[in-house]
Amino acid sequence: MTEAANPRTIKARRTVLQNLLRALKTAPISAWFGIIVILIYAFAALFAPWIAPHGEADILGKAYQPAGETCWLGCDQIGRDIYSRLIYGARNTIGIALITTLLSFFVGATLGVLAALKRGWLDQSISRVVDAFLAIPVLIFALMMLAVMGKNNPWPNVFGAFPLNLIVILALLDATRVFRLSRAVALNVAVMDYVESAKLRGEGIGWTVFKEIVPNILPPLVTEFGLRFCFVFLTIAALSFLGVGIQPPTADWGSMVAENKSLINFPVRTFPYIPVPFYPAGAIALLTVAVNFVVDWVLHRTSGLRDGK
Amino acid sequence: MHPVLRTVLQRLGLGLITLFAVSVIIFFSMLLLPGGYAQNILGQGATPENVANFNHELGLDRPAMVRYLEWIGNAVRGDFGNSYSGTTGTIKRSVSGVIAPRLFNTFFLATMAAAIAVPLSLLLGVLAALYRNSWYDRIVNSVTLTTIATPEFFIAYLLVYIFAVKLHWFSPLSTVSINTPFLEHVSRAALPAATMTLVIVAHMMRMTRAAIINLLASPYIEMAQLKGLTRWQVILRHALPNAWAPIATVIAFNLAYLVVGVVVVEVVYVYPGIGQMMVDAVSSRDMPVVQACALIFAATYITLNLLADIVAISTNPRLLHPK
Repeated sequence: MTEAANPRTIKARRTVLQNLLRALKTAPISAWFGIIVILIYAFAALFAPWIAPHGEADILGKAYQPAGETCWLGCDQIGRDIYSRLIYGARNTIGIALITTLLSFFVGATLGVLAALKRGWLDQSISRVVDAFLAIPVLIFALMMLAVMGKNNPWPNVFGAFPLNLIVILALLDATRVFRLSRAVALNVAVMDYVESAKLRGEGIGWTVFKEIVPNILPPLVTEFGLRFCFVFLTIAALSFLGVGIQPPTADWGSMVAENKSLINFPVRTFPYIPVPFYPAGAIALLTVAVNFVVDWVLHRTSGLRDGK
Repeated sequence: MHPVLRTVLQRLGLGLITLFAVSVIIFFSMLLLPGGYAQNILGQGATPENVANFNHELGLDRPAMVRYLEWIGNAVRGDFGNSYSGTTGTIKRSVSGVIAPRLFNTFFLATMAAAIAVPLSLLLGVLAALYRNSWYDRIVNSVTLTTIATPEFFIAYLLVYIFAVKLHWFSPLSTVSINTPFLEHVSRAALPAATMTLVIVAHMMRMTRAAIINLLASPYIEMAQLKGLTRWQVILRHALPNAWAPIATVIAFNLAYLVVGVVVVEVVYVYPGIGQMMVDAVSSRDMPVVQACALIFAATYITLNLLADIVAISTNPRLLHPK
């Protein structure tokens, strides 16, 4: 039977993919620009070892060698290929920022939803502790904790130079901000009748959270994820720039700027490739702008949920 | 008691409690140091006697509670103890002695940036809100979004490249000392102040714009327009009294942002302020200095937010004219 023959055929529900495609068709140019830039970055980050012509710590030429055959964008202060380090930098910087943001959302959103659902002393005690932490600027507190805990991790034999401390410190600090938002939005949902009826039906707390609350607080949390990612990304870049974030020889955009900064102050005649420190800094800026464009678009689409705040 | 006064006093009390909680966090997070201070400073090869001696000399063998009370008691009077750099030698450097001149420099820089940024961004933000969706609004919006997305150190180096290396208007390094004359100090601090101004103006202008648009959407503004008041009457008589609170919040939020921005900017320009000092102390794990800097930064941050709260409360027309 064809569809025309039976006008009462109910159209199947659109799949997630179809919904996404429909949304993308109406997306403004800025959102398209953002999505494409993010995809390029993701590609570079995922396939860094295959794209990059050289390893991230390989020394190929002289210090500050001009752009040429071996090094497309020239060499850095100890003769490593800047182009390869930029690509590996995408993997390291974005990867670490992403892990940090995921961890902070896992901790912050779990506690936030739990506090909104349980209320009482649990909510009160978490909220008061979070209030105290919110009164300290993230960068300042991160600097202090890095001084206390060290920059890498307490088990160098197991993780090598993996910046576990940096990730955990930043994630926990950021989780306080995530907690505030997720508690606020979950509080609005937790008083709804359908949550009440789920409770009366005798559903467990897991079911209530994942089937009733999470789907309704997801849009604001997703946009917040984009913004928090930008913030964490910039903070990690700043910390690396200050020399206490991701440690050499790992390629990272923040420390690459710091390592090559002398090129800006030196006379142009001696070192004719001034733009070298601008590449990693530009890479940071471009990604942040791209994420902001996409977040703006998503925010605009789901603005009904964020209004009145 | 007048309701405004009561709320203000409540906020002051809350601010003091927050400050206390923050000082507790700052002090006790120092206890997380694996192996303790002594092990870190004396190295792995230190004998237990060495460590015990060192701890005794610094008073670290006493209970944490006692040390906290002593630390906070002295900190209130401006004494942050002795710096760890040089503890193994004979000369003791007091943290306050090291911090005081740098605190002045940082204050100088922040004031300079704020003096330019606050009026400029309020003007730009109000204009963007009044003429929203015009070409002016769009240009300002995209420029500020780009500025926000750019790391401060990138903006800083861009300014150095243009104004110091290419145009030779300013010196690329902002080294100042106590003996630097005032005008010289202003010229040296110009580039760092400009960097912070750019970043703050971007944030502040966007927030001002959002706050004013939010305000203009209120029903009483529509009412004022409907009863035939002119545009400026609406803005000055009806919008402005209610706008002080959001504007104060925006200003305080961004001045508090200066606290963070100053760290990176000082490092870029080698400006001798406490931001740069804190970064150095973090690298060398000079804990008393780190603690002192963290406490000063946090206290500034809390005070600014408190001030904004108080301005918001004391200008709130609903509280000023209670029924």
